[in-house]
Amino acid sequence: MPEPGTGIGGDPTPVTCAPVLTALEAAPLRGSATTAGRAARRRSRAPLPVLRQHLSGLLFILLLAPLGARAQDAAAGYADLASGNYNRIAAGVTALGASGDVRAETVLHALAGHTLWAQRGGGLFIGNAGGHAGHFLDARTGAPVASPPPDLRPVRLSNRVREALDASLALLDLRSPSTPRRLAAAESLFDTHAAAALPVLDRALASESDPDVRRALAEARAATLLSARPLPPDAQALPAVATLRARGGLPARAILAGVTGGDPAIRQAATEALASIDLRLRLWSIAQDLFYGLSLGSVLLLAAMGLAITFGVMGVINMAHGELVMIGAYVTFVAQSLLGSPGLGLLLAVPLAFLVCGAIGIAIERGLIRFLYGRPLETLLATWGLSLVLQQAVRSLFGPTNIDVVTPGWMSGAVAVGGLTITLNRLAIMVFAGLVMAALTAVLRRTPLGLQMRAVTQNRRMASLMGIATPRVDALTFGLGSGVAGLAGVALSQIDNVSPNLGQGYIIDSFMVVVFGGVGNLWGTFAGAATLGIANKILEPVAGAVLGKIVVLVLLIAFIQRRPRGMFPLRGRGVET
Amino acid sequence: MISHSTGFGRRAFGRLGLGLGASATLARGISRAAPSGEPIKIGILHSLSGTMAISETTLKDVMLMLIAEQNAKGGVLGRPLQPVVVDPASNWPLFAEKARQLLSVDKCSAVFGCWTSVSRKSVLPVFEELNGILYYPVQYEGQECSRNVFYTGAAPNQQAIPAVDYLMSEEKVTRWVLAGTDYVYPRTTNQILEAYLKTKGVGPADIMINYTPFGQSDWQNIVSQIKSFGSSGKKTAVVSTINGDANVPFYKELGNQGIQATDIPVVAFSVGEEELAGMDTKPLVGQLAAWNYFESVDTPANEAFIKSWHAFTKNPKRTTNDPMEAHYIGFNMWVQAVEKARTTDHDTVIDTMIGIRQPNLTGGVATMLPNHHLTKPVLIGEIQDDGQFNVVWQTPGLVPGKAWSPYVAETRDLIGDWRKPISCGNYDVVTKTCLGHQHA
Amino acid sequence: MTGVRTTALACVVASLLLAGLNLLPAGSALHLPDFAVGLAGKYLAYAILAVAVDLVWGFAGILTLGHAAFFALGGYAMGMYLMREIGARGVYGNANLPDFMVFLSWTKLPWYWHGFEHLPFALLMALLVPAVLAGLFGWLAFRSRVSGVYLSIITQALTYALMLAFFRNDMGFGGNNGLTDFKDIAGFDLHARSTRASLLVLSALVLAGALMASRALLGGRFGSLLTAVRDAESRTRFLGYRPDHVKLVVWVFSALVAGAGGALYVTQVGIINPGEFAPAGSIEAVIWVAVGGRGTLSGAVLGAILVNGGKTLLTGLLPELWLYALGLLFILTTLFLPRGLMGLRAGGMRRLSLRLRARSDAGAGAAP
Repeated sequence: MPEPGTGIGGDPTPVTCAPVLTALEAAPLRGSATTAGRAARRRSRAPLPVLRQHLSGLLFILLLAPLGARAQDAAAGYADLASGNYNRIAAGVTALGASGDVRAETVLHALAGHTLWAQRGGGLFIGNAGGHAGHFLDARTGAPVASPPPDLRPVRLSNRVREALDASLALLDLRSPSTPRRLAAAESLFDTHAAAALPVLDRALASESDPDVRRALAEARAATLLSARPLPPDAQALPAVATLRARGGLPARAILAGVTGGDPAIRQAATEALASIDLRLRLWSIAQDLFYGLSLGSVLLLAAMGLAITFGVMGVINMAHGELVMIGAYVTFVAQSLLGSPGLGLLLAVPLAFLVCGAIGIAIERGLIRFLYGRPLETLLATWGLSLVLQQAVRSLFGPTNIDVVTPGWMSGAVAVGGLTITLNRLAIMVFAGLVMAALTAVLRRTPLGLQMRAVTQNRRMASLMGIATPRVDALTFGLGSGVAGLAGVALSQIDNVSPNLGQGYIIDSFMVVVFGGVGNLWGTFAGAATLGIANKILEPVAGAVLGKIVVLVLLIAFIQRRPRGMFPLRGRGVET
Repeated sequence: MISHSTGFGRRAFGRLGLGLGASATLARGISRAAPSGEPIKIGILHSLSGTMAISETTLKDVMLMLIAEQNAKGGVLGRPLQPVVVDPASNWPLFAEKARQLLSVDKCSAVFGCWTSVSRKSVLPVFEELNGILYYPVQYEGQECSRNVFYTGAAPNQQAIPAVDYLMSEEKVTRWVLAGTDYVYPRTTNQILEAYLKTKGVGPADIMINYTPFGQSDWQNIVSQIKSFGSSGKKTAVVSTINGDANVPFYKELGNQGIQATDIPVVAFSVGEEELAGMDTKPLVGQLAAWNYFESVDTPANEAFIKSWHAFTKNPKRTTNDPMEAHYIGFNMWVQAVEKARTTDHDTVIDTMIGIRQPNLTGGVATMLPNHHLTKPVLIGEIQDDGQFNVVWQTPGLVPGKAWSPYVAETRDLIGDWRKPISCGNYDVVTKTCLGHQHA
Repeated sequence: MTGVRTTALACVVASLLLAGLNLLPAGSALHLPDFAVGLAGKYLAYAILAVAVDLVWGFAGILTLGHAAFFALGGYAMGMYLMREIGARGVYGNANLPDFMVFLSWTKLPWYWHGFEHLPFALLMALLVPAVLAGLFGWLAFRSRVSGVYLSIITQALTYALMLAFFRNDMGFGGNNGLTDFKDIAGFDLHARSTRASLLVLSALVLAGALMASRALLGGRFGSLLTAVRDAESRTRFLGYRPDHVKLVVWVFSALVAGAGGALYVTQVGIINPGEFAPAGSIEAVIWVAVGGRGTLSGAVLGAILVNGGKTLLTGLLPELWLYALGLLFILTTLFLPRGLMGLRAGGMRRLSLRLRARSDAGAGAAP
């Protein structure tokens, strides 16, 4: 059997270190090092229960130890932090959190922020993010050190250490003057629900004035009560069950599911609470599936809109459409690299992708499609060839591997609405798809170009006879459709891999949406996308991802037999059969 | 998917490598005789285009580097090595065709290649028919032991089982999600893991198995299922055999739905430094991977390897990963075997390979076993926000690779042993018969 | 339809020549290496697929983007027979079950595998299954008058759905790995030189047969009717004929031919896997026909051999150029060689440039 707890990282490494360590030190501090950041992280996630009883139990037993022993614990804690063994580091964190040492909080924050350094002999230092170039403080005393100490290596985090850190910092934060920090700490203690935290929670509840924090503390208290083994007497346990039942959600459910012992009254209450929570979860899951379906539908809509426009006006299926989507994603990457900021880069990418892909679209139309008028099938083949060329060109320019498109912070994470988890990036894409569709509809309805496009769609010959320059309309339509494809690429870069193969994954789906929805108007595309998205998502948990997709495809083929032109076909005398 | 070939390597590159090696030798002023005579050809059979190019291109590059370095040291048997690079373009029939070309037209003495199991399975008949030698560097599902293949990647008992042990003992996991892409490697690995978990007393209600198609990009539903499966009160972990590319949206969705490594740890077997290079790893910090090598391992051998890699690719940001180390070990073992046998004759080299020892990059020494697998250490690493892995646990010694899993009923009694007198890849120790071909 | 008989004869003679050269002793100067035989056989199998595509595209005007589905189905049928032939010589030594079923822990053969231990049955299924699927699909599609781009897209959907289905390991067709590791066919070792040579000649014979059968089908009244349906479907319908029946006959026949090609392909390539269903492969088959010259059958054979030969060359010599070359081939062929290489022979370049200019002038008024 392999030995547990053997941590790597025990060897001290000189400050002039291997490239890897340099990279680690030099990495800018991303991610939340501060409690506020952590609170934000916690708010944005739906917390899940973790059984950390043994660590937190140790923590609280130490809390109750006499003062002298605590000072000794602090010393032992510091020594453990410098040890290089992850289990010892975790124990050290726990000890420090409980010790009451005045420097403990600063040191633990430094550890969380990757600015804690250890020396082989047991020395501990806090440095700034730059590492050996900056100022150092002695961790134990807080006194600055004149010159960078030799033989430093960073004190690294593992999951075990992170757990202990979260628990310790939450405890310390309970005494914080800042309300959001206390709230975050109370939420964190709900997750840990270590039984020995009870006295601390009781003390905090007694002195707490803010109603939100009181509620969170009460829930944390209920969780810790019900996690204790043996269970507390009914007088305490029953109200706890009621509190958890009122809170609802998966973590509460998990705790209630663990209440299997105890007397019949408790078990009965727990079972009923479970049933109530399950019912609520089930209802929310239907809404959740709907959200997933709509989010998939919005992705399909974005991908297919451009195709629908070009197909409607020109009757050609552009097989290079997927590659235009891919180019839009790459433009996002370039914009982010140029501006250096993911958020600004993303915002810049929207107009930039539209223009770049639109220009490419116009070039394709003028350079290729125009020579193939009246031959839609050949156009299909030619654009397929073009897609191969574009793919290979991007591969040559950027390499065949995935490239890293960053999701900006304000689009990461999720928001809990009742029992729904609304992931922000998907929500943003839905909003974006809606905006693009609205803009496109406005172009079609309100602008002269739109009028001309609609005219050419309905009856090309007649439109040309009425004086509309159909070549120009064609070029601009193709440009518009390609531009929209570029916008789709910007959106897709946030949820999928960006590689030269990106387009291939969406081209079939785009076709299906267009064929299903018909090319009469954009609402057809919308309806097609929404239907296909929701159908896919409903079938997925039932039949599995693959079978669900196959069923949707087969249904689509069958549907086309009944409505060969899709749901919203063009009608009118001029329509070609 | 049929995609078509492109590539960045040509035969000219080999000569360039040769030239680099020769000039490096001159520059260092080392009075080592430049290799001369008939070149020994080394085939490189990795996809340079198509879906697998993302993973395989870097293996082609590392082979070119190793060959150049060997030529700088005087070649093999005093003769220069010449790389022959072909592009099978992630197309399985094309793999077989190119393999045949490498063996019968180019007469390569050894071929280093393949990544997916289907590519290996499609070239296997070719190598067995033409008696070639293939060095296969990728972790795979086991259940194979061919005389003509040397498996320098991990077998399931060198990756999957130790990872599960780690989770059970360190993280106290009692509930398991086995999530994989729908193909043979995850299927077999999950079969083995399921059987293993059952021997450890895990009930069927505590195991959830899920397969997704290649290129799955919409993980919302599945992550949500994982979340609710993990909310039963027991510590849950996900063992992910999800194919490399699809991991990106999977991890993104995990991050978005708020699942952190401290809540539900995910240990992946197909996510390495190369895959992380294209990802924002902030939401992944703390998630686990199990390999036999990490770029962050701090040994002199690894430091030297990374340094020469950066110099060769002229890119200090290029990462190294486990399959690269496997090629490093395999190639050096081949060189040793040829030097020891004083010939490149395939049968002799195959027989000489067994027992060859080669230092690996993590401070140990790999040995080639009679079943054509290696001894390898197992390392568990946590993802950090710079895309590297922080090694949190390691097996105390090297684990010998088992070709046949003892947890699958049909192969429980099988071993592979290519030494005489057994000379068989699937030898049943109970009935003492050879189920496959016995080599004369 | 020019020179179909010549082409058929040429293919058979060439295959005999190649086989003969291969069977010469290895030291001799004219000896053809083994892998060239396999390659030639593969080209001929592709040529059969190209003929199938030309039948529906060149003669019936249906642009099919999913014909590789029928090719692959024929391939799987033959693959299933070859898997059964392995018998107890597989890795797990199980006489009944192929290896991949053993490692999936299945205990008995699924019902749809029964019967495939007999070669005639497998051959029948290689022809029948694609034909039945084509019949069903075509009947539904043509009856509803789905046409043009819509039809092309749903042929893509068909092959894509099949690809997804066959990728599933639960389907019992080997999943992602497909069927491979074949040992022998009808008692002959698949790896033996004589078997390979015979398979090459057999492929040529089947190709010739397909060409002659197509020629027979497309001659006479039926051929004229087909041309009428292709060029003016509504008018033909108004004249009282049933275009959907006409198209269905050609469609099913073409699927049959494709299935035969697939069966021969598997024996010579040694592996069949779901990637063969990929839409990209079907689209490539179309370009073979376009390059050679659609509507001429011989053009299809020519195009298939040329393009695949080029592919082999380029992926060996200049791999990164291959995709560019293929893409440009698509573009240039549709622009400048609408009638393919066979059209060049007939018309000459002058007519091409005239047509190009005329087209761009008339661009404004042409119907989509």
